[in-house]
Amino acid sequence: MELLLKINEIKSGKWTGPKWLWPVIMAGAVLFFTVRVATDSSGTYVQNLFSGISLGSILILVSLGLAIVYGLAGIINMAHGEFLMIGAYTTYSVQVFFTNVLHVQSSNWFFITALPVSFIVAGLAGLLLERLIIRHLYAKPLESLLATWGVSLILIQTARSLFGDLTAVKLPEMLAGGWKINENLVLPYNRLFIIALTIVVLVALYRTLTATRLGMQIRAVTQNRSMSACLGINTKRIDAMTFFIGSGLAGLAGCAMTLIGNVVPDMGQTYIVDAFLTVVIGGVGKLLGTITAGLGIGIFSKVLEAFFEAVYGKVLILLLIMLFMQFKPRGIFPDKGRTAAD
Amino acid sequence: MQLKPAKLINILFILFFAVVLPVGNMLGLVSVNSISLWGRYFCFAIAALGIDLIWGYTGIMSMCQAFFFCLGGYCMGMHLLLKATALQQQLLPEFMTWNDITALPWFCEPFHGFVPALILGLLVPAAVAFVIGYFIFKSRIKGVYMAIITQALALSMYLLFLRNETNLGGTNGLTGFKTVLGFELHKPGTKLGLYLVTLAMLCVAYGCCYKIVHSKFGKVLQAIRDSEPRVGYTAYRVLHYKLAAFVVAAALGGLAGMLYVPQTGIITPGRMDVKASVEMLMWVALGGRGNLKGAVIGALLVNCVYSYCTSVFPQGWLFILGMLYILTVLYFDKGFLGLFEKIGSKIGIKTNSERYATGSK
Repeated sequence: MELLLKINEIKSGKWTGPKWLWPVIMAGAVLFFTVRVATDSSGTYVQNLFSGISLGSILILVSLGLAIVYGLAGIINMAHGEFLMIGAYTTYSVQVFFTNVLHVQSSNWFFITALPVSFIVAGLAGLLLERLIIRHLYAKPLESLLATWGVSLILIQTARSLFGDLTAVKLPEMLAGGWKINENLVLPYNRLFIIALTIVVLVALYRTLTATRLGMQIRAVTQNRSMSACLGINTKRIDAMTFFIGSGLAGLAGCAMTLIGNVVPDMGQTYIVDAFLTVVIGGVGKLLGTITAGLGIGIFSKVLEAFFEAVYGKVLILLLIMLFMQFKPRGIFPDKGRTAAD
Repeated sequence: MQLKPAKLINILFILFFAVVLPVGNMLGLVSVNSISLWGRYFCFAIAALGIDLIWGYTGIMSMCQAFFFCLGGYCMGMHLLLKATALQQQLLPEFMTWNDITALPWFCEPFHGFVPALILGLLVPAAVAFVIGYFIFKSRIKGVYMAIITQALALSMYLLFLRNETNLGGTNGLTGFKTVLGFELHKPGTKLGLYLVTLAMLCVAYGCCYKIVHSKFGKVLQAIRDSEPRVGYTAYRVLHYKLAAFVVAAALGGLAGMLYVPQTGIITPGRMDVKASVEMLMWVALGGRGNLKGAVIGALLVNCVYSYCTSVFPQGWLFILGMLYILTVLYFDKGFLGLFEKIGSKIGIKTNSERYATGSK
């Protein structure tokens, strides 16, 4: 009962207890992690943490596009995962093109080419989708959810009939092997590459959003669509550009995914629910929130998977998320100030 | 006595399915398999009624109806399985023996009797919905957030049911049923009986939902759909209303699942993945949201098309389903019934909803 009262106090913002409590808990958690890492002789713990971070990076790449698009236009794009799939199949096609048509022996060049190509192809597919369907559904999130679900079914079936059930991309030579830290601890290059790619994308996206004209316009439309239109911003064009960038990012994530897994038609479906959870926890349209939530979910899943089976880890994460939503229904970094409910 | 056209349609519907089809079967015109197929469609229609209640009337997009459907299905399946095991004079269902389990897990015990299984099949989904709904609605999660959370829930439960350790049959689910209440399941007579029971339950469920949405309670639900804050300001406890609607929808899902299992003879986790739930939403959207008849018609129609397409050109079904999703959302906002109303108003037939609309002005 006492505890319930306390929880209610925290929820309603009337927390009267010591202010130092939360920082102390956070510091304790950080301390715990450092001690665990430092005393970790077998390296499995660091390994788990590491694969958690790389899973988190992929989640971030996938959810960034989702978060921007939802924040801007109120669209729930269930077909977002399929842009990931398109990116992966583009990588595969580039590989086939390089080996069969250009007869390039080294497997490095195809991957370097595939990175920008998958971004552009997935982006263009997104643009097409926006022009044909999404344009009619702005600010109708639930309807857009159903329609884009249909799109995702069609895309998956198309991929299946074009490419068959299972294909794989060769690991480029330069990303084979790993960075050997000590006897037991090897950090694979492909995962390191994914983390590096994510950091580069994040920096580029941040620069785009804060320092370019397009980025300013995107943020303006996100904040107040009609006022931006009044000030002469072509909001339709901004919507299309944002959709292009968002789907392109998913395509890039798909290209990166080929480094650590097979290419299958429904590969996007595995990530889409996690990506949505990331967006929800991070707070809609918040870059920093998405990053924190993506990393958090990634690390938590991998660490919990080490303790429990993968499935129970997933169920536990969901329970944690529901608990979290009890306290922060608007995400980690909600908008300041009073907002009317709808 | 003069009959209204709406009532006439209901009576024709019941007459056709309760009299014409069984008589056709007795004369040898309709095979018992297609009768059983319709029985399964009716189960889906009951689940769709639940969705219509929670989505069409209350405006909450719940993406875990298929999970509730399966909860009911697993309850009934467990009962049938225990009966079948007892009939073969074994102690444990086969898959449990393979998993090296020596005693029946505690949660299987209540399912020995038929009546307890029936009650649990309704209670378990309702209780789960109550707990989930309480936490979700209390923290004022709604709209898209609600859809995503319930979707994640459906996914994690699907993964949980896939596991062998949960002792629910893993990927293969529960199967190998023999009898229900002593009647052998594979006999045509039992199939016909189950079909008629399902049809009766569909009528009862429809009647209940009709009563609910036309009661004061139902009006409040619709008010919540149209403007939730206003209902709150008028001193209604929005949480209680939403929770009640969610629980009733879940119980309907459970009922549908219970009727579904004896007719198909199998229940697997595949029935409860995210796809299945979205498909259920689709039935309602296609038939006509916020309209009970729409939900029933949508469920029956989509499943008929599904059976036809998968037998004629299996590759194309997903394309057709995908196109249906897109076209429904883009062009038939109110589903098929909305389309009929539009056509009807063009040629001069006044429908119920229009009468209300003009009356309120």
